[in-house]
Amino acid sequence: MFPRPIEHQSRAVRVGYQLALPIALILWLLPLLGVAITSVKPASDLASGNYFGMPSHFAFSNYVDVFTNSPIGQYIFNSFKVTIPTVIGTLILSCLTGFALGVYKFRANIFIFFMFVAGNFVPFQILMVPVRDMTVNFGLYNTTTGLALFHIAFQTGFCTLFMRNFIRALPRELIEAARVEGVSEVKIFWYVVIPLMRPAIAALSVLIFTFIWNDYFWATVLTTSSSTQPVTAGLYALNGQWIAQWQLVSAGAIVAAMPPVLMFFLMQRHFIAGLTLGAVK
Amino acid sequence: MRLASTETRRRSWWRENQQTLTPYIFLIPGVLFFMVYVIVPIFESFWLSGFKWDGLGEREWIGAANYVELMDDPAFYTSLKNNVIWLVLYLLAIPAGLFIAIFLNQKVVGIRAYKSLFFFPFVISQVVVGLIFAWFYAPNFGLFYILIEKITGSGVALLADPDLVTYGIIAAGLWPQIAYCMILYLTGLNAVDPEQIEAARLDNAKGFKMLWYVILPQLRPATFLAMVVTVIGALRSFDLVSIMTDGGPFGSSRVLSFYMFEQALSEYGYRMGYGASIAVVLFLIMMVFISGFIGKMVSDERGGN
Repeated sequence: MFPRPIEHQSRAVRVGYQLALPIALILWLLPLLGVAITSVKPASDLASGNYFGMPSHFAFSNYVDVFTNSPIGQYIFNSFKVTIPTVIGTLILSCLTGFALGVYKFRANIFIFFMFVAGNFVPFQILMVPVRDMTVNFGLYNTTTGLALFHIAFQTGFCTLFMRNFIRALPRELIEAARVEGVSEVKIFWYVVIPLMRPAIAALSVLIFTFIWNDYFWATVLTTSSSTQPVTAGLYALNGQWIAQWQLVSAGAIVAAMPPVLMFFLMQRHFIAGLTLGAVK
Repeated sequence: MRLASTETRRRSWWRENQQTLTPYIFLIPGVLFFMVYVIVPIFESFWLSGFKWDGLGEREWIGAANYVELMDDPAFYTSLKNNVIWLVLYLLAIPAGLFIAIFLNQKVVGIRAYKSLFFFPFVISQVVVGLIFAWFYAPNFGLFYILIEKITGSGVALLADPDLVTYGIIAAGLWPQIAYCMILYLTGLNAVDPEQIEAARLDNAKGFKMLWYVILPQLRPATFLAMVVTVIGALRSFDLVSIMTDGGPFGSSRVLSFYMFEQALSEYGYRMGYGASIAVVLFLIMMVFISGFIGKMVSDERGGN
């Protein structure tokens, strides 16, 4: 293990380390803690210059205000309307492509695979004008469907990479054995491979959920009104309205951050397994 | 009778060829979607960059005029310069992430919770990160402003200062990016071969030497991944600029991705062709890195299998 395990060090070092941990953490999360505290401060605290101290009382009313006086509830609903279909659509497409590229040997395999990988890296701006134009022509501009369709297509690149590598690491003998038994390819996919892919499916669901929930660029390009905008784009609009009302901005920001944060803490293992795929040989 | 025989013939034809055909059938929906929404639009953008177009009316072919205009556009150079600053400073996320990973790679009570809390900034959206840092930097009451005021006697309104604004935004971007690199390295450190470390310890290797000669070579896959996500992240930076400053003050914090968006969909009229030409430039810059990454991945693929 590197560095040398702390339990082999002197007592002083161990105590020092135990003390350094919380201090480092507080420093690291300082901006976030500030915003969290601001979000429960009554407006009067901010007006009287109490920016850093504890709130004079906990004003959870800021959160109530955010929900009653702004369309944030609608924004969050829109975010779900984009995110959930994207997760499902992407998983379906990438299970299919990942299976095709991971199991079969054919000439175009590596080419198609790297098309997905490379496409996944391009700057969004090179896609922006054509995708926006196409969405307008489909009559899907300013709809959550239009936004979700694009996300499904784009995320399929990353997910194919992920699924294909995952399937490659499965024991091939399972597939070979099923073939010898005369099981059809489609049945092998459904009864042999899919059950083994559960961890990959779980990891990708949380990752895609987070990526799409947090997307801001496409939300601003493809949606424009509060009845369709996801919460990221909505927050930008609200930030413009709530000038200097930091208690509201903070509460809104925390509300918007909540779903992916919950997702992360509930499915942490899968989330990290997904993100660090390839970090170890 | 005859019907039955064609039926069986068809079946056996499928049975014989299903291993060749299945991959293509499985690929059709994914490839189709990806072609329509990602691959074709790349080429379309190249094509569009030769037009003058407001997004609605007639397109007018103007050849290379957009690029000629770009060469004389000071805002383009500001954006380009900022992109370079982003790229260089963003790479600091890699050593910083490694440093935190080493700091946290212990087995003490509660360390798992510490690791996930350190990772936390990556989970929240860049919009929220932007708002958090806008608050952090806010003149007169932001924590950062007060801190600087305490130390130097006068505060700095970071986001209103044309010379400093980009650095302020990059610092905000580094926060989640360091967290990402940290988690990559934590995973990598987990898989480092303990026998090699023990052997090196017997040879009296420790501290930085150990890190440099024994640990880092084993962390190469993590470093490569950190490099890829950091470079791509730096060149994709858009959200923070849009949220924190909207490119200001006086356009001094623009980056190419933001300037492209601004030109194509600005409130002063849509210039899709000009925007497309900026996107093409950004794409070509990114292509240099992407082809490097892909080249490495292809050679790994050939060697590994």
